[in-house]
Amino acid sequence: MTENGRRIDTLEMRGIVKRFPGVLAVDHLDFDVQAGEIHALLGENGAGKSTLMKMLYGLYQPDEGSILINGRETRIRSPQDAIAQGVGMVHQHFMLVPSLTVTENTALGIPSKWQLDLKSIARGLDELSEKYNLKVNPNLPIWQLSVGEQQRVEILRALYKGAALLILDEPTAVLTPQEVDDLFRILHRMTDDGRSIIFISHKLHEVLSISQRITVLRAGRRVDTIPTTAATKPLLAEMMVGRPVVFEYARRATQVSSERLRLDRVSALSNRGELGLKEVSLTLHGGEITGVAGVSGNGQSELAQVIAGLRAIKSGTITLDDTDVTGKSPRQRHEAGISYIPEERMLDGAIKEFTVAENYILQDHARPPFNRGGLLNLRAIREACERAVKDYEIKTPTTDTPIKSLSGGNIQKLILARELSRSPRLLIAAQPTRGVDVGATEYIHRRLLEERANGTAILLISEDLDEIFALSDRIAVMYEGRIVGVLPRESVTLRQVGQMMAGAAMDAV
Amino acid sequence: MPRPHVRAWFDRLFDLLPPVTSLGAALAVASILLIVMNANVGEAYLALAAGAFGTENATAETLVKAIPVLFIAIGICVAFRASVINIGGEGQMIAGAVAGVTIAIAFGGRLPPLLVIVLSLLAGFAAGAVYGGIAGFLKAYFNVNEILSTIMLNQVAVQMMNFLLNGPLLDPTEVGTNHIPKTARILNELQLPRLTIGWFDGVEVFARTRLHYGLILAILLAVVVYVLLWHTPIGYRIRAVGFNDRASRYAGINVRRQVVLAMCLAGGCAGLAGVVQVLGLQYRLQTDGSPAGFTANAGFNGIVAALFGGLNPFGAIPASIFFGGLLVGAQNMQRDIGVPASLITAVNGIIVIFAVSSQVFVQRRRQRRRNIEINPPTTASSPEAAAATRKAQA
Repeated sequence: MTENGRRIDTLEMRGIVKRFPGVLAVDHLDFDVQAGEIHALLGENGAGKSTLMKMLYGLYQPDEGSILINGRETRIRSPQDAIAQGVGMVHQHFMLVPSLTVTENTALGIPSKWQLDLKSIARGLDELSEKYNLKVNPNLPIWQLSVGEQQRVEILRALYKGAALLILDEPTAVLTPQEVDDLFRILHRMTDDGRSIIFISHKLHEVLSISQRITVLRAGRRVDTIPTTAATKPLLAEMMVGRPVVFEYARRATQVSSERLRLDRVSALSNRGELGLKEVSLTLHGGEITGVAGVSGNGQSELAQVIAGLRAIKSGTITLDDTDVTGKSPRQRHEAGISYIPEERMLDGAIKEFTVAENYILQDHARPPFNRGGLLNLRAIREACERAVKDYEIKTPTTDTPIKSLSGGNIQKLILARELSRSPRLLIAAQPTRGVDVGATEYIHRRLLEERANGTAILLISEDLDEIFALSDRIAVMYEGRIVGVLPRESVTLRQVGQMMAGAAMDAV
Repeated sequence: MPRPHVRAWFDRLFDLLPPVTSLGAALAVASILLIVMNANVGEAYLALAAGAFGTENATAETLVKAIPVLFIAIGICVAFRASVINIGGEGQMIAGAVAGVTIAIAFGGRLPPLLVIVLSLLAGFAAGAVYGGIAGFLKAYFNVNEILSTIMLNQVAVQMMNFLLNGPLLDPTEVGTNHIPKTARILNELQLPRLTIGWFDGVEVFARTRLHYGLILAILLAVVVYVLLWHTPIGYRIRAVGFNDRASRYAGINVRRQVVLAMCLAGGCAGLAGVVQVLGLQYRLQTDGSPAGFTANAGFNGIVAALFGGLNPFGAIPASIFFGGLLVGAQNMQRDIGVPASLITAVNGIIVIFAVSSQVFVQRRRQRRRNIEINPPTTASSPEAAAATRKAQA
C-alpha cells in the first residue's frame, strides 16, 4: 500500500525493559498497534511514553524484550533503520531547517546516490499532499509556514519516506482547535489507507475523540490498554495519576471588587523589534480570573512582561490601584503587589544552580526576616522554605537541593508558593501548568482559585484552552498584538474563541 | 551494587577528583616535556618540591609569593561568580600599588603609622576598585567585552606606572641620574611587620625570613569575602546575576549594578595585593618597565589559583600556596638540573584546563546521583499528599 510497498499489519513490543543509571524507565512493557488503528499512548511526564517510543524509533535500544513487526522479530538500531522498516516519527519540536523549502527538507534525510533529484521529490510530495489533503506547497521555505503547516510538512516528510506507522509526539500542543480538527481529519484519512498511528498525548478529550485504543502508562509500567469506547475522562485520569482527579472545579461566585489594574492603550516592541503589543487596553478586577487566549506569539508574553515591568513600553499607561506604575521598576512593582509566574520557568522564574531555599527568596532576599542586619538569616530562610515545601506539597529531599534536580511540577509549585507568599494584589500566571504533570496541574489550578476567592486579581495566560475555560471568569483573546475581544466565559464557546485566535473579528463569530 | 556507606564514601572520594586529577594530569604532561628535554623526571620533581617546601626559608618564600596571588584570587572569586571574566588583576594591582605608595609617602611621618597603613590600604583598595569598575561599567552599560577591556587596561596601567615612576613619583635621590624607575622608600614604621609563628619550646618559625603580615590580611580577606558571597544579600545578588541574569532581572535585581559592583570588589582585592606587596615586601614601588616588572604575573596566577580553588575564597588559600610553591620551586629546578622555569608556566595552564573540565565531569555525575535520589523509579505520589488533596476537595 505505501509507495515502497512496506506494510505494517501488526507491530508488537513485548516485555520491553529500559534502565537508565539507577532508574527503571520502562518496566516489562507490552504494547501493540494494528494496521489502520490510532492507538493513543497516555501518561504523565516521566511515565515512560517517550522512552518507549524512542526505542521504537531506534534512538534507544531496549535492555530486554523484543519488537515484532508483522510477527517477525526485528531490531531497530537507528532512526534510519526505523524508517527503513516503515516507522516514522513526528517530534514535538519540529526538526526542520527554516531557510530550506519543504522539498529540500525532505531531501535532507534521504541517502543520495549521485545526484539529488529535487523535482521528483517535489512531485512525490505533491501527490501525497493531494492524497491526504495536507495542503502543503513543496516549494515554500519553512519559515513562511505557520506552525500547523510545519507539522503537516513533518507528516508529509515521514509519509514520503514510506512510514506505514507514524508516531506523533504531543502533536496538538501547538495547534488551535481548528487546526486540531484538520489534523484529526488527516489522521483518519491515513488510517483509512491502512497506516497506523501512535498518538502520544496527555490531553484526555483529544485522546478520547481520535483513538480506537488507549494505553495508559504510569511510572514505566502499563496500567492497562482499553478500547476507547470503554474509556471516560475520569477513568483515564485516575489510571494516569493513580487516584481520582477533579476536572470541574467548583468555582464559587466571588465578590468582584473594583478595578485593580488598568492598561490604557499600551504598546510595546517584541524581541524582534516589531510592535508586539498594539494599543492594548484591559482592566482587571480583584476576585476575578481573566484568561488570555491566543496562539503562541501573538503578544501574550509581551503583555505579561509589560505588566511585570520587564519590558519597556512605547506608549500608554499602566495603573495599579489608582497609582500610575508605568515607569516603575520590576522591584517597585513587586512592592506594589504584583506577582508574576513567568512562562519560561527555568530562564526567568528560577535560578537552576541555586538551591530550593535560595530560589524561594529570589525577590525577598534583602527583606526581613531573611535579611538581618546585612546578613542572610539562613535559619529563617530555611524555615520559611520548609513551610512552603510542606504547604505546597513540593517533593524535594531538602531545601538545600539544587532546584534543577526537581521535576517541572515541583519547581512550578515552588515558584507559585513564592509568588503567593507576598499576598499579591495582582497575580500574572503565564502558562502556569505547561509541562507540568496532571497531579501538580490540578493542585496549581486549585491554588489559583483559592487566590481568586481571596480577592486577588489574576491574569491567566495560557495556550491550553481547556485551562482557560476551566478557570476564567472572563476570556480575552489576543491576535497579532491586539486584544480582539474580552468576553464573559458563560457567553462564549471554545469554537468561537478558536476562531478569534485565528484572526476572526469578534462580531463575526 | 555496593553497600550504601561504601557508595557514599566512594562518592565523597569522587568529589575530590577535580583538583587531584587535574594536578596529576598536568604533572603527567609536564613529565613528557621533561623527558623530551632529556631531564630525569623524578629528580626534577624532587628539586621542585624541595625548592618550594624543603626548608623553612623555602616555605616562607613560597608563602611570600602566594600572598599577592591569594589577594587576586579572592577578587577573581567575586568577579567570576558574577560571570564577569576579569583578566585585569595585573592592572588593578598596579593601580592599587600606585595609590597606596603615594599615600604612604605623602602622609608618612605626619600621621600615626597605623593610620597611614590603614589609609594606604584603603587607597589601594579604592584605586583598584575604580580601575576594575571602569571595565565593569563599560560592560554593564555599553556591552564592552570585559575580557578585552581588562586586558587592554592592564597595558594602560603598566604605562601609567612607568610614567609616574620615571617622573612625579621618582625617588628624589635618583633624579638626574641614569635612574631605575622606583619611588622613594617608605618609612620603616609603615612597613608591615614580619610574620613569625611561635612554636613550642620558644622556637620561632619563619623568624629570619621575608614572610610578612600580608598573609594574615589575605586570610582575613578570604573570610570576609566568603561571608559576603554566601551570607549576605549582596553576595546573593552577585551569584544570582552570575548564574542567570534574566531571572535576576525578573527578581528585581539591578543586573548592571551587580556587574559593576563585582568588578569593583575584584579590583579592590587586586588593589590590596599591590599595596601589600609594597608595604610588606618591597617597601617601595619599583619596576623594570616590563609588563610584569612589578606584579610578577600575580594578576594572572591569581586567576589560575581561583579556578583551582573552585572559585571559593577558602579554596583559593591552599591553591595560592600551591602556585606560590610552583613558582619558587621552579627556580630551584632550573638551578639544580637546568630545566627552564618557564616549564612551570605550561604546568599552570594545563592544570587550569584539566581543573575546569573535570569540574564539569564531577558536576554531571553529582547531578545524575541527585536525580536518582529524587525520582526513584517506582514512586507514585505519596499517600500523605494524596490524602491531603482529597481532604482539600471535601
